Amino acid sequence: MGKRGEYNMDLANFDKITMNLEDKEQILRPSMGYWKDSFRRFKENKIAVVLTIYIIILFFGSILVPVFSSYSISDQELMKQNLSIGEEGHIFGTDGFGRDIFVRVWYGARISLFIAFVAAFVDLIIGVLYGGISGYFGGKVDQIMTRIIDVIQAIPFMIFAILLAAILEPGIFTIIIAYAILGWTNMARQVRGLVLQIKNQEYVLAARVLGANSRRIMYKHIFPNVIGIVVVTMTLTIPSAMFTEAFLSYIGLGVPLPQASWGTLASDAAGTFISYPSQLFIPAIFISLTILSFNLIGDALRDALDPKLRK
Amino acid sequence: MIRYLTKRIILSIVTLLVLITATFLLMQLLPGDPFTGEKVIKPEILENMKEKYGLDKPLYIQYFNYLKNLLHGDLGDSLNFKNRSVNAIISESFKYSFELGLRALIFGIIGGLIIGIIASINRGKFLDSISIFIAVIGVSVPSFIIGAIIQYFLGYMFSAYLKEALGLTYNFFPITGWESFWHKLLPPFALGMSALASISRLMRSSMLEVLGLDYIKTAKAKGLTSKKVIFKHTIRNAIIPVITYLGPLTAMLLTGTFVIEQIFDIPGLGKHFVDSVRTNDYTLLSGLTIFYGAFLISAIVIVDILYGIIDPRIRLDGKKG
Repeated sequence: MGKRGEYNMDLANFDKITMNLEDKEQILRPSMGYWKDSFRRFKENKIAVVLTIYIIILFFGSILVPVFSSYSISDQELMKQNLSIGEEGHIFGTDGFGRDIFVRVWYGARISLFIAFVAAFVDLIIGVLYGGISGYFGGKVDQIMTRIIDVIQAIPFMIFAILLAAILEPGIFTIIIAYAILGWTNMARQVRGLVLQIKNQEYVLAARVLGANSRRIMYKHIFPNVIGIVVVTMTLTIPSAMFTEAFLSYIGLGVPLPQASWGTLASDAAGTFISYPSQLFIPAIFISLTILSFNLIGDALRDALDPKLRK
Repeated sequence: MIRYLTKRIILSIVTLLVLITATFLLMQLLPGDPFTGEKVIKPEILENMKEKYGLDKPLYIQYFNYLKNLLHGDLGDSLNFKNRSVNAIISESFKYSFELGLRALIFGIIGGLIIGIIASINRGKFLDSISIFIAVIGVSVPSFIIGAIIQYFLGYMFSAYLKEALGLTYNFFPITGWESFWHKLLPPFALGMSALASISRLMRSSMLEVLGLDYIKTAKAKGLTSKKVIFKHTIRNAIIPVITYLGPLTAMLLTGTFVIEQIFDIPGLGKHFVDSVRTNDYTLLSGLTIFYGAFLISAIVIVDILYGIIDPRIRLDGKKG
């Protein structure tokens, strides 16, 4: 055309692209469900996988070791007090009463894990129910229920737990009851927020228009979306419950003798730790490592279960 | 702002009332009574004792008396320590707990901020990894374990080494007590580690978020030195989430003092609190519970209010809501 529009095009330089419609439809990646995909993402986090294996070993060890060991948790050998690590067949040595520390540590794992898991379970039941109801019904119900959470959350947990330990016998169930009364607020808040958000989305409206009742909407449409955050919150409740248990046991309000949790083991050894540091450091290492594991596994689960949070 | 304030304050008063009522009711459930001990007391004397402490009246009257006394700031007499009021015990020992908590708080805040800032500037480098490591350790290792570890390695091993090497006649890091400057180093460190860890974590992520914002790019583009960008533009905005966290943090540190006071043998409130559980001294126990509760709840409210003053965006939200 004009002066500027002079192109020298040679068609031989170009190829015609043929598009195959079937190729376009082909799915390159294997299709994956939510759980499978989450599991794949979780596996990418090597540290979390190693720590999960540690927790599994701990779990089975706490059941099996006290059963199969040749020592029991309360056997006292008064001639063999305060043996150091590995002496005379006692893998972790013995304590001031001549009790085998190795067995007591595994037995302690049993108590500590039991408290932590039950507390997390209680947290799950109460928190999800409360948060679910509050979020789903909304309005006045939600307002009142949220105010109640505000009040409960403002009560200092540790002080209440100590108060409770004073009234009930100190022991396993005191800590669990403390969690049942005060510990579920975080879970309830998380669930409530999410339910509030989900129930206003179009697909829930669509389900309702199609005639689904409240129960079906709860189970089929809301619950699957909430489950990710519930699992993460539970994983993070476990270390905080272990922490509470260790704390209460250490100040002498934990499980009664001759039972032993990690906290009481550490507490028992505290008096003589300058002379026998290993008696304190062995349970201390287990407490710290286990709390650390649950914290990191919780973080990894959060990343794995919620693809939106990943950057 | 005023609406927000009233809402916060009313909520905390309700919380306190719930705590007081729960404490009162739980005290009624306590096993044993304060007069049963090793000595057998005659029934007549027991009656007189009960009358003296008002324990013979019906429950609701006891409750209202209790509330009335609380309004006057009177927490009653200790049942275990003869002729000492709970108020006297609190005013005597609270200063130790408070000082311990305050030192730990300052250590945690300053240390946490510095570590968080350094980590965010060196994102992905060696210093960042170290800071993440410190944060993870600080969050996962309970304070009593940190306390025991530093008692052993600094208070015992290191001090023994210094004794030998320098010919000191005293422990460089004393293991227990709360007297000199050197006594006051290890306990706040043990208590403040978890605070340091969580603040550094919070500060790091908040710094990274702010550093990615457009106005930081603008500041860099107009040629500001990186020092100025960090100190004038980034830290000021990144520090806000840390301030919200100070309320719960104060609560955490003050309850943490229970165990630290046990370990380092500091004559603070936490020790009394734990001991009162063992000795069934229930006026002391309930008095301390309410005192702690009131202190912690008001600490959180004060921090919330300060937060509203510092960050104008919150004030606007308060007006709307």
